[in-house]
Amino acid sequence: MRRERLFRNLLQLAAWLVGLNVLVISITLFWGASPTLRHFGPGFLWSSHWNPVTDEFGALPFLAGTLATSFLALALSLPLSLSMAILLGEFLRGRWLSNVFKSLVDLIAAVPSVIFGYWGLMVLVPWVREVEMQLMPLGQRLGIEIMPYGVGVLTASLVLAVMIIPNTASIAREVLELVPRDLKEAAYSFGATRYEVVRSVIVPYARSGIFAGVLLSLGRALGETMAVTMVIGNTNEMPANLFAPANTMASVIANELAEATTAIHYSSLVAVGLVLFLVTTGINFIGTYIIKKMTVQA
Amino acid sequence: MKIVSTILTILAVLCLGGAALAAEELLGAGATFPEPLYSKMFDVYYSQTGNKVNYQGIGSGGGIQQILGKTVDFGGTDAFLTPEQLAKSPDNPLLHIPTAMGAVVVTYNLPGKPQLKMTPDVIAGIFLGQIKSWNDSRITGLNPGVQLPGDPIVVVHRSDGSGTTFVFTDYLSKVSPDWKEKVGAGTAVKWPLGLGGKGNPGVAGLVQQMKGAVGYVELSYAKKNNLPYAVVKNRAGNFIVPSIKSVSLAAGASMPDDTRVSITDTDTKDGYPISAFTWILVYKEQAYGNRKASKAKALAKLLWWMTHEGQKYNADLLYAPLAGDVKAKAEKIIKSVTFNGQPILK
Repeated sequence: MRRERLFRNLLQLAAWLVGLNVLVISITLFWGASPTLRHFGPGFLWSSHWNPVTDEFGALPFLAGTLATSFLALALSLPLSLSMAILLGEFLRGRWLSNVFKSLVDLIAAVPSVIFGYWGLMVLVPWVREVEMQLMPLGQRLGIEIMPYGVGVLTASLVLAVMIIPNTASIAREVLELVPRDLKEAAYSFGATRYEVVRSVIVPYARSGIFAGVLLSLGRALGETMAVTMVIGNTNEMPANLFAPANTMASVIANELAEATTAIHYSSLVAVGLVLFLVTTGINFIGTYIIKKMTVQA
Repeated sequence: MKIVSTILTILAVLCLGGAALAAEELLGAGATFPEPLYSKMFDVYYSQTGNKVNYQGIGSGGGIQQILGKTVDFGGTDAFLTPEQLAKSPDNPLLHIPTAMGAVVVTYNLPGKPQLKMTPDVIAGIFLGQIKSWNDSRITGLNPGVQLPGDPIVVVHRSDGSGTTFVFTDYLSKVSPDWKEKVGAGTAVKWPLGLGGKGNPGVAGLVQQMKGAVGYVELSYAKKNNLPYAVVKNRAGNFIVPSIKSVSLAAGASMPDDTRVSITDTDTKDGYPISAFTWILVYKEQAYGNRKASKAKALAKLLWWMTHEGQKYNADLLYAPLAGDVKAKAEKIIKSVTFNGQPILK
């Protein structure tokens, strides 16, 4: 019996350590950010000035950059990852081709982000630059300034979109496979076509699980640092449009922390980290709520 | 069993080896700019004396914080400490010991890799966004023989906080009142325009990808990677090719005794105007915390070696060595380091 108790206590200790970890991280962030929060107040969130020389700091350009690239990446990747999941989870289920695709998608998840950044810089950036050059005259007519930089919000979103495909695709495929066979067979027995079964039975049944996968990819996109830094152009200004260079919260921290020589600059970078932490946590809470609402009561 | 005994043997050899040398291990952290040089120096120093020196290139800001927190034996920095930073250790002042000099060059992507001539006004004009294309008369006027395209100029700067940015913006602040008012100097600044690349490779990569791009990188990086760079007009009115020699010559006039000086826009006749020192930071009184006299002595000896024998590695790695006057001042500073009030080196 003593062994049993010891085992249980050990498990409990581990669980508490993990929980405590999150708490300690948030306290550290608040502590480190407090000089900035006291000095700039809530204005830190909506000021778009980031000037280390005059010690003026505002997080808005980075907040905008992070949200813009993450949601755009999600929008770009969702059709691909969902198609993949439906194909593998329903149409190719159990066939050898399904395994090939599955391994390929999982391979994307295993590629380090710096490799994606490099691919973005070497392959995607010249492409985007070509497109931007074609679009320049159109932009001029519409009064939108498009510079053929190649790097910027769009390029970063494209790289992110590819990176987050496996997160949604794998989870969505797994929940699609969990849809009870009798439900599907009932639908077929009413004479439903395959498309109708997918649309009206399988996807609605699995939607909370799919959404959980979406949430996971969003989390990855929000926090991704290396690949984004390499292709976003690192301009600490509000992005004027899709083609403009920008910067994200994760990327500005990685860029400036090592050489932040004044206390307020350092603290402001920690504060940006705090904002990122709160945004990610907030999105997770909302997501969990939506998942609960969406779950089909069986 | 065989593996275990092998490991034990290796461990025993390592322990004995360590004991035989009875070496002090020194720990430093800071600027990334001199890291290749320090690695080479410390490697040679280890093979000559058996003293291990561990240096981590975490950035000047980190180096300053670590030495202020006394978690390292010495810090490395590309920017000398501000009076506020010095005031953080009022009882035991931090000393600056120059170890090498470097320079920042303006590089560009133009057909045929010409060596352009630039004046301070032209450089400031480009990075302020006032000179927008390569065939602007302010550039073509200085370079009559060069065929310059009408491409728009794309400015590339460092995205990471960096001593290189500090040196470059410090220079621009000195030569352009407009720059000083609108942007100023710092390891990171609010750039009026352009794209950011991470590190020297990031900037060089973007410049090489885009026709008509211009950026700034360390001289050593530009040389190693065969990038074209501009000849810059200095205060004396001479166009100076950046080189190890012209960088060394930039330190000359009116050096203060503590060597805390910016030598950008130098007034020496043949000095390259965008040059700078890199320093090591140590405490003047070494008997702090639980430090032993042997450690303090090892540190003082290392500093002496770096500013003397060690200097011969500078040029190989494309850093400029310390010139006469600066060397004498460095010697004086190292000799002022004490342990319990007693000078360590006589």
